[in-house]
Amino acid sequence: MRIAGRAGGYAALLVAIAVLPLFLGTFRTTQLTYVGAFAIALIGLNILTGHAGQISLGHGAFMALGAYTTAILSVNHGVNDLLTIPLGGIVAGLAGFLFGFPALRLAGVYLALATFGLAIVVPSLAKRFDEFTGGTAGILLDLPTSPIGGLTPERWLYYLTWAIAAVLFLCAILFLRGKTGRALRAIRENELAAVSSGVSLARYKTLAFGVSAFYAGIAGSIYAILSFIVNPGAFPIDLSILLLVGLVIGGVGSMLGVLGGAAFVEFVPLEAGNVPAKVIDALQRVGLPVSDLDPTTAGVPSVVYGIILLLVIALAPQGVAGLARRLGAATRRFYSRLIPTNKPGTPSRREA
Amino acid sequence: MVAVTFTWGEFFQQVVFGLAIGAVYASLALALVLIFRTTHVLNFAQGEMAMFTTFIAWSLITNHGFSFWPAFFVTIGIAFLLGAGVERIVIRRFEGGSHLTMILVTIGLFVIFNGGAAWIWSPEQKDFPSPFSAEPYSVGGVAIARQHVGILVVTLISVTVLWAFFRFTKAGLGMRAAAIGPEPSRLLGVRVPWMYAVGWGLAAALGAISGIMVAPELFLTPTMMQVVLIYAFVAAVLGGIESPVGAVVGGLLLGLGTTLVSRYVDFVSSELELPFAFAILVLVLIVRPAGLFGRVTVRRV
Repeated sequence: MRIAGRAGGYAALLVAIAVLPLFLGTFRTTQLTYVGAFAIALIGLNILTGHAGQISLGHGAFMALGAYTTAILSVNHGVNDLLTIPLGGIVAGLAGFLFGFPALRLAGVYLALATFGLAIVVPSLAKRFDEFTGGTAGILLDLPTSPIGGLTPERWLYYLTWAIAAVLFLCAILFLRGKTGRALRAIRENELAAVSSGVSLARYKTLAFGVSAFYAGIAGSIYAILSFIVNPGAFPIDLSILLLVGLVIGGVGSMLGVLGGAAFVEFVPLEAGNVPAKVIDALQRVGLPVSDLDPTTAGVPSVVYGIILLLVIALAPQGVAGLARRLGAATRRFYSRLIPTNKPGTPSRREA
Repeated sequence: MVAVTFTWGEFFQQVVFGLAIGAVYASLALALVLIFRTTHVLNFAQGEMAMFTTFIAWSLITNHGFSFWPAFFVTIGIAFLLGAGVERIVIRRFEGGSHLTMILVTIGLFVIFNGGAAWIWSPEQKDFPSPFSAEPYSVGGVAIARQHVGILVVTLISVTVLWAFFRFTKAGLGMRAAAIGPEPSRLLGVRVPWMYAVGWGLAAALGAISGIMVAPELFLTPTMMQVVLIYAFVAAVLGGIESPVGAVVGGLLLGLGTTLVSRYVDFVSSELELPFAFAILVLVLIVRPAGLFGRVTVRRV
């Protein structure tokens, strides 16, 4: 029953994603394509942080690796940009795998530190080796074109991105079930106990880093094709932070929460600026003298999403997915009370 | 690999500059260590708090007619209240949370202070006045910038004052006790929660000093302290993240090292200074996780 219901839910979601662009203009479609790219990065981050319990503040750096791979191969070497997507993933994945080795020695805050450093270092490396990366100006890619007649480039990229996202989503679920997933979660819960039960830390931590970075690299490649420019400024530390924040807000460990997180990453920095305008407006209507701060200026989105982040951590530590689960459980309890033939107390417990 | 021209005079100038910038790293590193020792939180927002208070100092000087030193001391006071307030209002709510939770909370603060500064003062870069005259000292015919000597002296004085506070005052003793054993300290009448707040306040005050000292060198922007924060992390880890002496020595060594390497090793240009420091960080974490001054904790299986 539950599995059938879940499959039905996924099918409905797929249909919704498939028909959505038919109702949207090119601008919104492209925005949703970015959501798809961020979703891929977050699926990867979720494997690493949600399941293996390893913090990364540096996934923007792996995205940058994928993006630069795509840019350099397609512009300087004439490789078809579709082919560069898996290559971007592989390059980033290898880098992540290698980074997993020093990360083996680091736990908790130190790992966060090392990955934070990675996120700051990669843009400055891109500036230094400008003969490959175009320095601060970056590399300009060709405008995206659609290989299928009758499909606009925006829609083509939309479907391409979401198709990749769906496949990678399925891969992640397969990867995380069974032995590998159990080993990763064992490491998350208690490293010492995991080792004692025969889980090889070296093998699974580097694997988690590699796979996670592979996803980020794919996301970065798509990001490069979408925005058709790659430069160091596109991958600031803020991006890495935003990815982790998106994961937390979507719900750490939840695969579907990733969608909510990806939407957060794309929309909140853009739309958050409008929130204080409304708040200030409302306060003024009540008669409070607040007008000095212009809500359209820089910095406002950051303040808003910083506050959202703190509120989510304080009030809903399981993120949006946790809220949805709690809401679902509450509804089920409500219905089981309405229909007294059910054995009371038993049915909803298993969901927790 | 070695640069073409080498004079002892210039080398001496580079050493003084390296020590001055190292002193800035050292005071921010010390702020990190202070918070890590008392509340076991690695404060990713430390640099942004320092930047924010530096903007307050800038505002006092340019908009409110303060001259430099009064603004300096008023800002330190404000920074103390800000740090203590952040601990009491935000950090306390998440006490005892997992590493991930605490990191995310300080990341949230990072984002809020960064955005707040851009919001209030605009992200454009501003000139920050230097309290030291532009006329250099002449030491044996070599011109040494007063600014660099000044940074070094101010930072060393503030570190010494902090050390004296911990060593010779009752509040300092209480803070040390609260960091080592919160529960017995509480039973002996130390108000442990307030000690945590004071720790955060002192750290923010130190951060403000580092921000005000480095601002004339870097131009004041909301992102000014991000790179300094990375160096401070490296310095703190280099010294062993729990050791105040280690943080200061680590900061000075790091400032000296990066300055000399980027000047005299051709391959490491100014863009590579940061990756170079990052490489040191990863290397130290792998080879000697307890740092140069830290104690190795043994994990029994």
